[in-house]
Amino acid sequence: MSEGPLDPTTAPTFPIAARAAMGDAQLRNNVRHATNVIQAKRARVVDEMPDWQALREAGKQIRQHTMRHLDIYLEQFEANCTRAGGVVHWARNAAEASRIVVDLVKQSGSDEVIKIKSMTTEEIQLNHALEAAGIHPYETDLAELIIQLGNDQPSHIVVPALHKNRQQIREIFQRTMHLPQLGDQPQDLADAARIFLREKFLRVKTGVSGANFLIAETGGVCIVESEGNGRMCLTLPETLITVAGIDKVLPRFQDLEVMLQLLPRSATGERMNPYNSLWTGVHANDGPRAFHVVLMDNARSEILADEESRQTLNCIRCGACQNACPVYRQTGGHAYGSVYAGPIGAILTPQLQQMQHAQSLPYASSLCGACYEVCPVKINIPEVLIHLRNQVVLQNTAGIAGLFDVEAAAMKAMAAIFRSERRFKAAQRLGRIAETPLVRRDQQGLGWISWLPGILGGWSQARDLQQMPQQTFRDWWEKRSNHDN
Amino acid sequence: MTTSSPLSARAEILQKIRIANAHAPDTAIAQSAWSDLPRDYKRTSTLAHNAVLDLLADRLHDYDAQVLRSALADLPRNIAAMLSARSIQRLVVPAGLPPEWLPPGFIFTPDDSLSSAELDRVDGVLTASTLAIAETGTVVLQNVPGQGRRALSLVPDYHLCLVQSADVVQTVPEAMARLQPTATLPTTFVSGPSATADIEMTRIKGVHGPRFLDVILIV
Ligand code: SF4
Repeated sequence: MSEGPLDPTTAPTFPIAARAAMGDAQLRNNVRHATNVIQAKRARVVDEMPDWQALREAGKQIRQHTMRHLDIYLEQFEANCTRAGGVVHWARNAAEASRIVVDLVKQSGSDEVIKIKSMTTEEIQLNHALEAAGIHPYETDLAELIIQLGNDQPSHIVVPALHKNRQQIREIFQRTMHLPQLGDQPQDLADAARIFLREKFLRVKTGVSGANFLIAETGGVCIVESEGNGRMCLTLPETLITVAGIDKVLPRFQDLEVMLQLLPRSATGERMNPYNSLWTGVHANDGPRAFHVVLMDNARSEILADEESRQTLNCIRCGACQNACPVYRQTGGHAYGSVYAGPIGAILTPQLQQMQHAQSLPYASSLCGACYEVCPVKINIPEVLIHLRNQVVLQNTAGIAGLFDVEAAAMKAMAAIFRSERRFKAAQRLGRIAETPLVRRDQQGLGWISWLPGILGGWSQARDLQQMPQQTFRDWWEKRSNHDN
Repeated sequence: MTTSSPLSARAEILQKIRIANAHAPDTAIAQSAWSDLPRDYKRTSTLAHNAVLDLLADRLHDYDAQVLRSALADLPRNIAAMLSARSIQRLVVPAGLPPEWLPPGFIFTPDDSLSSAELDRVDGVLTASTLAIAETGTVVLQNVPGQGRRALSLVPDYHLCLVQSADVVQTVPEAMARLQPTATLPTTFVSGPSATADIEMTRIKGVHGPRFLDVILIV
């Protein structure tokens, strides 16, 4: 379990966090089970779609097109939402977005809010800002509730509590809801959540949500969900505040015909998730009387400026790449030190940090390509990962930093060694001597190295290295030629 | 900028986007580029209408919804049968639902701005629908007479939804095309009863929305 919110600016590097996660057998079991189930469900409902590849291509092109004209579509959304009675706010970064939301909640006269699961509000740690201002946020999505009550952190973008099994959830509910008799059947646990939250739905006057899609053409907002907690938060409060990244916009209503096919099948393996809500501004006698949208940049415009990695912004947050990723499936989400874990997190998180933090994440991948294959909008994650690795190296070798960079220094030394035959031979001899204390022999008598010191440790954590041969090819060749002569 | 005052967040974000995209906004270009986007996926029906109705019933069954076909004339009798089977007595009904559809023997309360707490005390809700999508087992509700505001089909624990067979389409694109003229109305897609898979990926029915959904297809 992680302590405190997942914050890429303070999180340990991925190899260190992953090593801790790998030691938690229960966590690995839970993650493996959950990702296996979703993957099987997804495969079934994707296979029944003969036009899946055409949908993916359309999805990719729609998102790509949107980014190319993002300014126009945001302005259209703003104009149409405003005309329909909504109020649009703009926020440059997380702090500005949080401040706007806190002020709006205070203006609504409430000191508590009901919340729909939203990765965007997780990204900006909105709950902390609300609590600091004396406002109590109630998470209403079952998984988010489990996490909030358990003082835990989300580990998946669609199923944030997938790292917990039913016994662990029961224990959290028993303790925090004061239900000592609570059973451990999933139905018992869901019923407990229903009763716990119903009173809040009926009482709390202000709701906070994220958004799956903003529709420029109409000024409407679309949220897809399963439980109905979203519909409660969207319809019962008097004030609704929606926080959305500027990347969430779609040009037209018709574009939903693609997204509403791609997203549910990819995310939860359903033909359609139980509820999709669509609303535009405020509507007399239906839902909140006041509606605000906060359009947040938070480094998205910087990502847009990088031609090679801007495809990151096309993401519709389905989580399919997480379920398919052999690394995520082993470590779970917390090791990524960010609310965005797995392959999408490995490319999105460092970019949201403008490459200043989370620099180990682009390396948290074997580049196997499973993520690309399942991505409903065809984001070439391996390509972006390689691009970001380059960025990291460039950054670390530039200027003063480069002089102190161990990896860069090692590369320079390697270059010097490979350039000279004498130095190369000496290095091989030295290597055989230096490795002696690290070599462990297996049953066949073969020597293996599974731990390397210092900065090489990260590399050997996931790989075993065979001992260096006692005789090199060069040695053998020289001796052989001597014999022949 | 003519003034030296710092840019507003709005101006700054839009400016950064324009610099990133290296072009000035051009609505005409955006419009024609949008029209040229490839849409090679299935956008029309491939099945006869009867088969579409069967598919809808099938998909709804998958979600554990009960489905009944009824002629218009038999509607009150079939509604009564559905409600009795579920032991539902008190229902809220939106304005504009034809009163002649309602069977005797049940309490139908018209939605006269009932509070959420009052909605919480009825057994269920009876609504019509705008359309249904067969491939995904979805019924779509909008804020129009006979369907009412969104809270109606949300707070009560049981939802009986009436679908006209002419309103059933096969695919999602056909549905979006039909919804386009009323795209700004509050709209809810309902695909089965409320559910969650948050606990060990087991689909559990009924978390916060209605735990029970039944559909009558008016043929
Ligand atoms: S990158 Fe693709 S697969 Fe991963 S969450 Fe985003 S849309 Fe889904």
